[in-house]
Amino acid sequence: MAIRSITEAQIEKAVYQAALEANIRLPADVSRAMEQAEAAESSEIGRKMLRLLLENARLAAEQAMPICQDTGAAVVFAEVGQDVHLADGDWQCAINRGIAAAYRNGSFRYSMVADPIERKNTGDNTPALIHWLPVPGPNITITVMPKGFGSENMSRVVMLVPADGVAGIQRVIIETVKNAGPNACPPLIVGVGIGGTQDYAAFLAKKALLRPIGAAHHNEQTAMLEQQWLTDINNLGIGPGGFGGKTTALALHIETSATHIAGLPVAVQLSCHALRRSTASI
Amino acid sequence: MNHDSKIIQLPLDAATVRTLRAGEWVRLQGTLLGARDAVHRRLFEAVQQEKELPVSLMGETIYYVGPCPGREGHPCGSAGPTTSGRMDPYTPALLQKGLRGMIGKGKRSEAVVAAIKKHEAVYFAALGGAGAIYGSCIKSISVLAYPELGPEALFRIEVADFPAIVAIDALGSDYYEIGPASFRRD
Repeated sequence: MAIRSITEAQIEKAVYQAALEANIRLPADVSRAMEQAEAAESSEIGRKMLRLLLENARLAAEQAMPICQDTGAAVVFAEVGQDVHLADGDWQCAINRGIAAAYRNGSFRYSMVADPIERKNTGDNTPALIHWLPVPGPNITITVMPKGFGSENMSRVVMLVPADGVAGIQRVIIETVKNAGPNACPPLIVGVGIGGTQDYAAFLAKKALLRPIGAAHHNEQTAMLEQQWLTDINNLGIGPGGFGGKTTALALHIETSATHIAGLPVAVQLSCHALRRSTASI
Repeated sequence: MNHDSKIIQLPLDAATVRTLRAGEWVRLQGTLLGARDAVHRRLFEAVQQEKELPVSLMGETIYYVGPCPGREGHPCGSAGPTTSGRMDPYTPALLQKGLRGMIGKGKRSEAVVAAIKKHEAVYFAALGGAGAIYGSCIKSISVLAYPELGPEALFRIEVADFPAIVAIDALGSDYYEIGPASFRRD
Protein backbone atom coordinates (compact mmCIF):
# COMPACT_ATOMS: atom_id res chain seq x y z
CA MET A 1 0.00 0.00 0.00
CA ALA A 2 1.56 3.26 -1.13
CA ILE A 3 1.53 6.11 1.34
CA ARG A 4 0.96 9.50 -0.27
CA SER A 5 2.87 12.37 1.25
CA ILE A 6 1.35 15.82 1.29
CA THR A 7 2.45 19.13 2.80
CA GLU A 8 0.93 21.80 5.00
CA ALA A 9 1.20 24.18 2.05
CA GLN A 10 -1.07 21.98 -0.07
CA ILE A 11 -3.72 21.88 2.65
CA GLU A 12 -3.46 25.60 3.25
CA LYS A 13 -3.91 26.36 -0.46
CA ALA A 14 -6.96 24.11 -0.81
CA VAL A 15 -8.61 25.63 2.26
CA TYR A 16 -7.76 29.16 1.07
CA GLN A 17 -9.40 28.64 -2.32
CA ALA A 18 -12.47 26.96 -0.89
CA ALA A 19 -12.97 29.65 1.77
CA LEU A 20 -12.75 32.48 -0.78
CA GLU A 21 -15.08 30.79 -3.24
CA ALA A 22 -17.63 29.75 -0.64
CA ASN A 23 -18.18 33.29 0.61
CA ILE A 24 -18.46 34.91 -2.82
CA ARG A 25 -20.27 32.45 -5.06
CA LEU A 26 -23.63 30.94 -4.17
CA PRO A 27 -23.63 27.23 -5.13
CA ALA A 28 -25.52 26.44 -8.34
CA ASP A 29 -27.99 24.10 -6.63
CA VAL A 30 -28.95 26.85 -4.16
CA SER A 31 -29.46 29.57 -6.76
CA ARG A 32 -31.47 27.14 -8.89
CA ALA A 33 -33.73 26.42 -5.92
CA MET A 34 -34.12 30.16 -5.25
CA GLU A 35 -35.10 30.78 -8.89
CA GLN A 36 -37.70 28.01 -8.71
CA ALA A 37 -39.02 29.48 -5.47
CA GLU A 38 -39.33 32.91 -7.06
CA ALA A 39 -41.30 31.53 -10.00
CA ALA A 40 -43.67 29.67 -7.67
CA GLU A 41 -44.09 32.35 -4.98
CA SER A 42 -47.55 33.86 -4.66
CA SER A 43 -46.63 36.54 -2.11
CA GLU A 44 -45.69 39.76 -3.89
CA ILE A 45 -43.35 40.85 -1.13
CA GLY A 46 -41.87 37.32 -1.11
CA ARG A 47 -41.25 37.36 -4.84
CA LYS A 48 -39.58 40.76 -4.65
CA MET A 49 -37.33 39.60 -1.82
CA LEU A 50 -36.28 36.47 -3.72
CA ARG A 51 -35.54 38.59 -6.80
CA LEU A 52 -33.37 40.93 -4.74
CA LEU A 53 -31.55 38.01 -3.12
CA LEU A 54 -30.77 36.53 -6.54
CA GLU A 55 -29.57 39.98 -7.64
CA ASN A 56 -27.43 40.06 -4.49
CA ALA A 57 -25.81 36.74 -5.37
CA ARG A 58 -25.08 38.00 -8.89
CA LEU A 59 -23.55 41.23 -7.53
CA ALA A 60 -21.46 39.33 -4.98
CA ALA A 61 -19.95 37.02 -7.59
CA GLU A 62 -19.34 39.89 -10.01
CA GLN A 63 -17.67 42.14 -7.41
CA ALA A 64 -15.96 39.30 -5.50
CA MET A 65 -17.80 40.52 -2.40
CA PRO A 66 -19.24 38.28 0.30
CA ILE A 67 -22.86 37.28 -0.34
CA CYS A 68 -23.57 38.06 3.31
CA GLN A 69 -21.53 40.18 5.71
CA ASP A 70 -21.69 37.34 8.21
CA THR A 71 -18.87 35.42 6.59
CA GLY A 72 -19.45 33.06 9.45
CA ALA A 73 -17.60 30.62 11.59
CA ALA A 74 -15.36 28.59 9.27
CA VAL A 75 -16.82 25.10 9.49
CA VAL A 76 -14.55 22.64 7.70
CA PHE A 77 -15.26 19.05 6.70
CA ALA A 78 -11.98 17.26 5.98
CA GLU A 79 -12.31 13.84 4.34
CA VAL A 80 -8.84 12.46 4.82
CA GLY A 81 -7.69 9.44 2.86
CA GLN A 82 -6.27 6.66 4.98
CA ASP A 83 -3.22 6.43 2.71
CA VAL A 84 -2.28 10.08 3.24
CA HIS A 85 0.61 11.19 5.40
CA LEU A 86 1.29 14.79 6.36
CA ALA A 87 5.03 15.07 5.71
CA ASP A 88 5.63 18.16 7.84
CA GLY A 89 3.70 20.05 10.51
CA ASP A 90 0.19 20.14 11.76
CA TRP A 91 -3.14 19.58 9.97
CA GLN A 92 -5.01 22.01 12.15
CA CYS A 93 -2.46 24.81 11.72
CA ALA A 94 -2.55 24.36 7.96
CA ILE A 95 -6.32 24.64 7.85
CA ASN A 96 -6.33 27.67 10.16
CA ARG A 97 -3.67 29.44 8.08
CA GLY A 98 -5.75 28.87 4.95
CA ILE A 99 -8.81 30.34 6.62
CA ALA A 100 -6.92 33.34 8.02
CA ALA A 101 -5.42 34.14 4.62
CA ALA A 102 -8.76 33.88 2.82
CA TYR A 103 -10.55 36.10 5.34
CA ARG A 104 -7.76 38.68 5.21
CA ASN A 105 -7.36 38.79 1.42
CA GLY A 106 -11.09 38.51 0.74
CA SER A 107 -11.83 41.42 3.12
CA PHE A 108 -14.21 39.12 4.95
CA ARG A 109 -15.39 39.80 8.48
CA TYR A 110 -13.52 38.52 11.52
CA SER A 111 -16.35 36.99 13.50
CA MET A 112 -14.66 34.69 16.00
CA VAL A 113 -13.99 35.36 19.68
CA ALA A 114 -11.32 33.25 21.37
CA ASP A 115 -13.22 32.67 24.58
CA PRO A 116 -17.02 32.52 24.77
CA ILE A 117 -17.13 34.38 28.08
CA GLU A 118 -14.33 36.93 27.67
CA ARG A 119 -15.21 37.48 23.99
CA LYS A 120 -12.07 39.02 22.54
CA ASN A 121 -12.03 38.85 18.75
CA THR A 122 -9.32 36.54 17.40
CA GLY A 123 -8.68 39.00 14.56
CA ASP A 124 -8.43 36.43 11.75
CA ASN A 125 -11.62 34.34 11.89
CA THR A 126 -9.77 31.33 13.23
CA PRO A 127 -10.00 28.81 14.69
CA ALA A 128 -11.79 26.80 12.04
CA LEU A 129 -14.30 24.32 13.46
CA ILE A 130 -13.18 21.07 11.88
CA HIS A 131 -14.90 17.73 11.33
CA TRP A 132 -12.44 14.94 10.44
CA LEU A 133 -13.69 12.04 8.40
CA PRO A 134 -11.36 9.18 7.48
CA VAL A 135 -12.04 7.71 4.01
CA PRO A 136 -10.30 5.00 2.00
CA GLY A 137 -7.63 6.00 -0.52
CA PRO A 138 -4.94 8.61 -1.09
CA ASN A 139 -6.98 11.79 -1.47
CA ILE A 140 -8.15 14.63 0.74
CA THR A 141 -11.39 16.48 0.12
CA ILE A 142 -11.89 19.68 2.05
CA THR A 143 -15.24 21.46 2.19
CA VAL A 144 -15.43 24.92 3.74
CA MET A 145 -18.89 25.90 4.92
CA PRO A 146 -18.96 29.46 6.29
CA LYS A 147 -21.76 29.24 8.85
CA GLY A 148 -23.54 32.43 9.79
CA PHE A 149 -24.98 32.69 13.25
CA GLY A 150 -28.40 34.11 12.43
CA SER A 151 -29.37 30.58 11.46
CA GLU A 152 -27.00 28.78 13.82
CA ASN A 153 -28.55 30.53 16.83
CA MET A 154 -31.96 29.15 15.87
CA SER A 155 -30.79 25.55 15.55
CA ARG A 156 -31.63 22.96 18.21
CA VAL A 157 -30.92 19.53 19.62
CA VAL A 158 -33.66 17.68 21.49
CA MET A 159 -33.25 14.32 23.22
CA LEU A 160 -36.51 12.59 22.42
CA VAL A 161 -37.34 9.09 23.65
CA PRO A 162 -38.26 6.16 21.38
CA ALA A 163 -41.98 6.52 22.24
CA ASP A 164 -41.99 10.02 20.72
CA GLY A 165 -41.52 8.48 17.30
CA VAL A 166 -41.87 10.11 13.91
CA ALA A 167 -44.61 12.43 15.17
CA GLY A 168 -42.29 13.65 17.90
CA ILE A 169 -39.50 14.35 15.43
CA GLN A 170 -41.88 16.31 13.20
CA ARG A 171 -42.96 18.36 16.22
CA VAL A 172 -39.35 19.28 17.05
CA ILE A 173 -38.68 20.35 13.46
CA ILE A 174 -41.83 22.47 13.18
CA GLU A 175 -41.32 24.09 16.59
CA THR A 176 -37.73 24.94 15.70
CA VAL A 177 -38.68 26.59 12.40
CA LYS A 178 -41.67 28.38 13.97
CA ASN A 179 -39.51 29.68 16.80
CA ALA A 180 -36.87 30.85 14.32
CA GLY A 181 -39.41 32.76 12.25
CA PRO A 182 -37.62 35.49 10.29
CA ASN A 183 -34.42 35.34 12.34
CA ALA A 184 -32.72 32.57 10.40
CA CYS A 185 -33.32 34.41 7.09
CA PRO A 186 -35.83 32.21 5.29
CA PRO A 187 -36.08 30.62 2.81
CA LEU A 188 -34.18 28.04 4.81
CA ILE A 189 -32.41 24.83 4.03
CA VAL A 190 -33.07 22.47 6.94
CA GLY A 191 -30.72 19.70 8.01
CA VAL A 192 -32.13 17.05 10.33
CA GLY A 193 -29.92 14.60 12.21
CA ILE A 194 -31.63 11.64 13.84
CA GLY A 195 -29.90 9.08 16.07
CA GLY A 196 -26.35 8.77 17.38
CA THR A 197 -25.76 10.83 20.52
CA GLN A 198 -26.55 14.45 21.32
CA ASP A 199 -23.41 15.70 19.58
CA TYR A 200 -23.46 13.14 16.75
CA ALA A 201 -27.03 14.04 15.80
CA ALA A 202 -25.97 17.68 15.58
CA PHE A 203 -23.01 16.74 13.38
CA LEU A 204 -25.33 14.71 11.12
CA ALA A 205 -27.72 17.64 10.83
CA LYS A 206 -24.94 19.94 9.66
CA LYS A 207 -23.55 17.26 7.32
CA ALA A 208 -27.03 16.98 5.81
CA LEU A 209 -26.57 20.54 4.48
CA LEU A 210 -23.71 19.34 2.27
CA ARG A 211 -26.07 17.32 0.12
CA PRO A 212 -27.06 19.14 -3.09
CA ILE A 213 -30.59 20.53 -3.08
CA GLY A 214 -32.75 18.26 -5.19
CA ALA A 215 -30.99 15.05 -4.16
CA ALA A 216 -33.32 12.96 -2.01
CA HIS A 217 -32.18 10.53 0.67
CA HIS A 218 -31.23 7.14 -0.81
CA ASN A 219 -33.72 5.35 1.47
CA GLU A 220 -37.27 5.61 0.09
CA GLN A 221 -38.99 5.95 3.50
CA THR A 222 -36.57 8.66 4.60
CA ALA A 223 -37.00 10.49 1.28
CA MET A 224 -40.77 10.50 1.87
CA LEU A 225 -40.26 12.00 5.32
CA GLU A 226 -38.04 14.68 3.75
CA GLN A 227 -40.85 15.64 1.38
CA GLN A 228 -43.55 15.48 4.04
CA TRP A 229 -41.68 17.58 6.56
CA LEU A 230 -40.70 20.14 3.91
CA THR A 231 -44.40 20.54 3.06
CA ASP A 232 -45.24 20.88 6.76
CA ILE A 233 -42.66 23.66 7.11
CA ASN A 234 -43.93 25.52 4.06
CA ASN A 235 -47.48 25.29 5.42
CA LEU A 236 -46.34 27.60 8.23
CA GLY A 237 -46.47 30.43 5.68
CA ILE A 238 -43.47 32.28 7.17
CA GLY A 239 -42.14 33.02 3.67
CA PRO A 240 -39.03 34.79 2.35
CA GLY A 241 -37.65 37.14 5.01
CA GLY A 242 -40.53 36.12 7.28
CA PHE A 243 -43.08 38.42 5.64
CA GLY A 244 -45.36 35.63 4.43
CA GLY A 245 -45.29 33.36 1.42
CA LYS A 246 -45.30 29.84 0.04
CA THR A 247 -41.60 29.16 0.44
CA THR A 248 -40.26 29.06 3.97
CA ALA A 249 -37.76 26.28 3.19
CA LEU A 250 -36.13 25.29 -0.09
CA ALA A 251 -35.22 21.77 1.05
CA LEU A 252 -35.07 19.44 4.04
CA HIS A 253 -32.38 16.77 4.25
CA ILE A 254 -32.28 13.96 6.80
CA GLU A 255 -29.23 12.03 7.94
CA THR A 256 -29.64 9.12 10.34
CA SER A 257 -27.39 6.99 12.49
CA ALA A 258 -27.62 3.99 14.74
CA THR A 259 -28.42 5.03 18.27
CA HIS A 260 -28.90 3.72 21.79
CA ILE A 261 -31.93 1.54 22.66
CA ALA A 262 -33.17 4.22 25.08
CA GLY A 263 -32.64 7.21 22.84
CA LEU A 264 -33.94 9.24 19.92
CA PRO A 265 -31.67 12.28 19.59
CA VAL A 266 -32.94 14.84 17.08
CA ALA A 267 -30.97 17.79 15.79
CA VAL A 268 -32.40 20.52 13.58
CA GLN A 269 -29.70 22.56 11.85
CA LEU A 270 -31.04 25.60 10.07
CA SER A 271 -29.27 27.24 7.19
CA CYS A 272 -30.38 30.54 5.74
CA HIS A 273 -30.81 30.90 1.98
CA ALA A 274 -27.11 31.82 1.72
CA LEU A 275 -26.03 28.20 2.12
CA ARG A 276 -22.35 28.56 1.37
CA ARG A 277 -20.12 25.59 0.70
CA SER A 278 -17.11 25.01 -1.51
CA THR A 279 -14.99 21.90 -1.92
CA ALA A 280 -11.34 21.54 -2.90
CA SER A 281 -9.45 18.31 -3.42
CA ILE A 282 -5.82 17.52 -2.81
CA MET B 1 -34.09 48.78 -8.05
CA ASN B 2 -37.54 49.13 -6.42
CA HIS B 3 -39.58 51.47 -8.56
CA ASP B 4 -42.59 51.43 -6.29
CA SER B 5 -40.72 52.44 -3.10
CA LYS B 6 -41.09 55.64 -1.09
CA ILE B 7 -37.87 57.64 -0.90
CA ILE B 8 -37.19 58.44 2.76
CA GLN B 9 -34.60 60.96 3.90
CA LEU B 10 -32.52 60.25 7.00
CA PRO B 11 -32.36 61.53 9.70
CA LEU B 12 -36.09 60.92 10.05
CA ASP B 13 -38.44 63.62 11.24
CA ALA B 14 -41.52 62.86 13.32
CA ALA B 15 -43.94 63.84 10.55
CA THR B 16 -42.36 61.39 8.10
CA VAL B 17 -42.42 58.58 10.66
CA ARG B 18 -46.17 59.07 11.09
CA THR B 19 -46.78 58.52 7.36
CA LEU B 20 -45.03 55.14 7.23
CA ARG B 21 -47.16 52.00 7.20
CA ALA B 22 -46.20 48.39 7.93
CA GLY B 23 -45.53 46.46 4.72
CA GLU B 24 -44.41 49.45 2.61
CA TRP B 25 -41.17 49.33 0.63
CA VAL B 26 -38.86 52.31 1.15
CA ARG B 27 -35.53 53.53 -0.19
CA LEU B 28 -33.50 55.25 2.51
CA GLN B 29 -31.12 58.16 1.80
CA GLY B 30 -28.90 60.00 4.25
CA THR B 31 -27.04 59.38 7.47
CA LEU B 32 -27.50 56.81 10.18
CA LEU B 33 -25.56 55.01 12.91
CA GLY B 34 -24.25 51.44 12.77
CA ALA B 35 -24.35 49.55 16.07
CA ARG B 36 -24.92 46.03 17.31
CA ASP B 37 -24.65 43.97 20.51
CA ALA B 38 -21.52 45.33 22.17
CA VAL B 39 -22.27 49.00 21.43
CA HIS B 40 -25.86 48.59 22.56
CA ARG B 41 -24.68 47.24 25.88
CA ARG B 42 -22.35 50.20 26.31
CA LEU B 43 -25.00 52.77 25.32
CA PHE B 44 -27.53 51.12 27.62
CA GLU B 45 -25.11 51.15 30.56
CA ALA B 46 -24.28 54.81 29.91
CA VAL B 47 -28.00 55.66 29.93
CA GLN B 48 -28.54 53.67 33.13
CA GLN B 49 -25.57 55.36 34.83
CA GLU B 50 -26.67 58.78 33.49
CA LYS B 51 -23.33 59.15 31.75
CA GLU B 52 -22.78 61.01 28.47
CA LEU B 53 -23.29 58.98 25.30
CA PRO B 54 -20.58 59.06 22.60
CA VAL B 55 -23.21 60.51 20.25
CA SER B 56 -26.67 62.04 20.76
CA LEU B 57 -29.40 59.62 19.70
CA MET B 58 -31.97 62.38 19.14
CA GLY B 59 -33.67 61.76 15.79
CA GLU B 60 -31.11 59.12 14.77
CA THR B 61 -31.65 55.80 13.04
CA ILE B 62 -29.55 52.80 14.07
CA TYR B 63 -28.71 50.08 11.55
CA TYR B 64 -27.87 46.79 13.24
CA VAL B 65 -24.80 45.90 11.23
CA GLY B 66 -21.27 44.51 11.56
CA PRO B 67 -19.84 45.22 8.11
CA CYS B 68 -17.05 43.58 6.15
CA PRO B 69 -14.14 45.92 5.44
CA GLY B 70 -14.18 47.56 2.01
CA ARG B 71 -11.92 46.34 -0.75
CA GLU B 72 -9.79 48.76 -2.78
CA GLY B 73 -11.85 51.70 -3.99
CA HIS B 74 -14.94 50.74 -2.00
CA PRO B 75 -15.89 52.45 1.27
CA CYS B 76 -17.49 49.29 2.62
CA GLY B 77 -17.76 45.58 2.00
CA SER B 78 -20.85 43.43 2.49
CA ALA B 79 -23.10 45.01 5.08
CA GLY B 80 -26.49 43.37 5.50
CA PRO B 81 -28.54 43.46 8.71
CA THR B 82 -28.00 41.38 11.82
CA THR B 83 -30.82 39.88 13.92
CA SER B 84 -32.58 42.72 15.75
CA GLY B 85 -33.94 40.62 18.60
CA ARG B 86 -30.55 40.54 20.31
CA MET B 87 -30.76 44.34 20.73
CA ASP B 88 -34.28 44.22 22.21
CA PRO B 89 -33.24 44.38 25.88
CA TYR B 90 -31.47 47.68 25.23
CA THR B 91 -33.88 49.31 22.81
CA PRO B 92 -36.64 50.87 24.94
CA ALA B 93 -34.01 52.90 26.84
CA LEU B 94 -32.53 54.19 23.59
CA LEU B 95 -35.94 55.09 22.19
CA GLN B 96 -36.47 57.04 25.39
CA LYS B 97 -33.30 58.98 24.54
CA GLY B 98 -34.73 60.08 21.20
CA LEU B 99 -33.79 57.24 18.83
CA ARG B 100 -36.31 57.50 16.00
CA GLY B 101 -35.57 54.63 13.61
CA MET B 102 -34.06 51.16 13.60
CA ILE B 103 -33.05 48.92 10.73
CA GLY B 104 -32.44 45.21 11.21
CA LYS B 105 -34.14 41.92 10.52
CA GLY B 106 -36.52 39.72 12.45
CA LYS B 107 -39.21 40.18 15.06
CA ARG B 108 -39.01 42.51 18.02
CA SER B 109 -40.21 41.87 21.56
CA GLU B 110 -43.51 43.15 22.92
CA ALA B 111 -41.62 45.69 25.03
CA VAL B 112 -39.95 47.09 21.92
CA VAL B 113 -43.23 47.27 19.98
CA ALA B 114 -44.79 49.13 22.90
CA ALA B 115 -41.83 51.52 23.06
CA ILE B 116 -42.04 52.14 19.29
CA LYS B 117 -45.70 53.14 19.71
CA LYS B 118 -45.00 55.23 22.80
CA HIS B 119 -42.18 57.22 21.19
CA GLU B 120 -43.61 57.23 17.62
CA ALA B 121 -40.60 55.50 16.14
CA VAL B 122 -40.29 53.09 13.23
CA TYR B 123 -38.55 49.75 12.63
CA PHE B 124 -37.42 48.94 9.11
CA ALA B 125 -36.46 45.45 7.98
CA ALA B 126 -33.56 45.14 5.57
CA LEU B 127 -33.29 41.95 3.51
CA GLY B 128 -31.36 39.41 5.54
CA GLY B 129 -28.47 38.04 3.52
CA ALA B 130 -28.35 40.78 0.89
CA GLY B 131 -24.87 41.79 2.06
CA ALA B 132 -23.50 42.79 -1.32
CA ILE B 133 -26.47 45.03 -2.18
CA TYR B 134 -26.33 46.84 1.15
CA GLY B 135 -22.55 47.16 1.00
CA SER B 136 -23.02 48.94 -2.32
CA CYS B 137 -25.60 51.29 -0.78
CA ILE B 138 -23.05 52.56 1.74
CA LYS B 139 -21.36 55.68 0.38
CA SER B 140 -19.22 56.38 3.42
CA ILE B 141 -18.54 54.79 6.78
CA SER B 142 -16.38 55.92 9.68
CA VAL B 143 -15.82 54.78 13.25
CA LEU B 144 -17.47 57.15 15.75
CA ALA B 145 -16.54 55.24 18.90
CA TYR B 146 -15.19 51.96 20.28
CA PRO B 147 -12.66 51.19 17.50
CA GLU B 148 -11.34 48.29 19.58
CA LEU B 149 -14.57 46.44 18.75
CA GLY B 150 -13.58 46.08 15.09
CA PRO B 151 -16.72 45.17 13.09
CA GLU B 152 -18.78 45.71 16.25
CA ALA B 153 -17.81 49.39 16.63
CA LEU B 154 -20.17 52.40 16.55
CA PHE B 155 -20.20 53.67 12.96
CA ARG B 156 -21.44 56.81 11.21
CA ILE B 157 -22.79 55.64 7.86
CA GLU B 158 -24.12 57.44 4.79
CA VAL B 159 -26.49 55.47 2.52
CA ALA B 160 -28.16 55.95 -0.83
CA ASP B 161 -30.99 53.94 -2.37
CA PHE B 162 -31.09 51.53 0.60
CA PRO B 163 -34.08 49.17 0.15
CA ALA B 164 -36.10 48.24 3.22
CA ILE B 165 -39.61 47.34 4.34
CA VAL B 166 -41.48 49.08 7.13
CA ALA B 167 -41.73 46.16 9.57
CA ILE B 168 -43.24 47.93 12.58
CA ASP B 169 -44.84 51.36 12.14
CA ALA B 170 -45.49 54.06 14.74
CA LEU B 171 -48.98 52.66 15.34
CA GLY B 172 -47.45 49.33 16.36
CA SER B 173 -48.60 47.37 13.28
CA ASP B 174 -46.15 44.50 12.76
CA TYR B 175 -45.71 43.13 9.26
CA TYR B 176 -44.03 40.02 10.68
CA GLU B 177 -47.53 39.21 12.06
CA ILE B 178 -49.64 40.60 9.20
CA GLY B 179 -47.62 39.14 6.31
CA PRO B 180 -47.55 35.41 7.16
CA ALA B 181 -51.16 35.39 8.46
CA SER B 182 -52.73 34.76 5.05
CA PHE B 183 -50.20 32.06 4.11
CA ARG B 184 -50.49 29.90 7.20
CA ARG B 185 -51.89 26.41 6.51
CA ASP B 186 -50.97 24.55 9.69
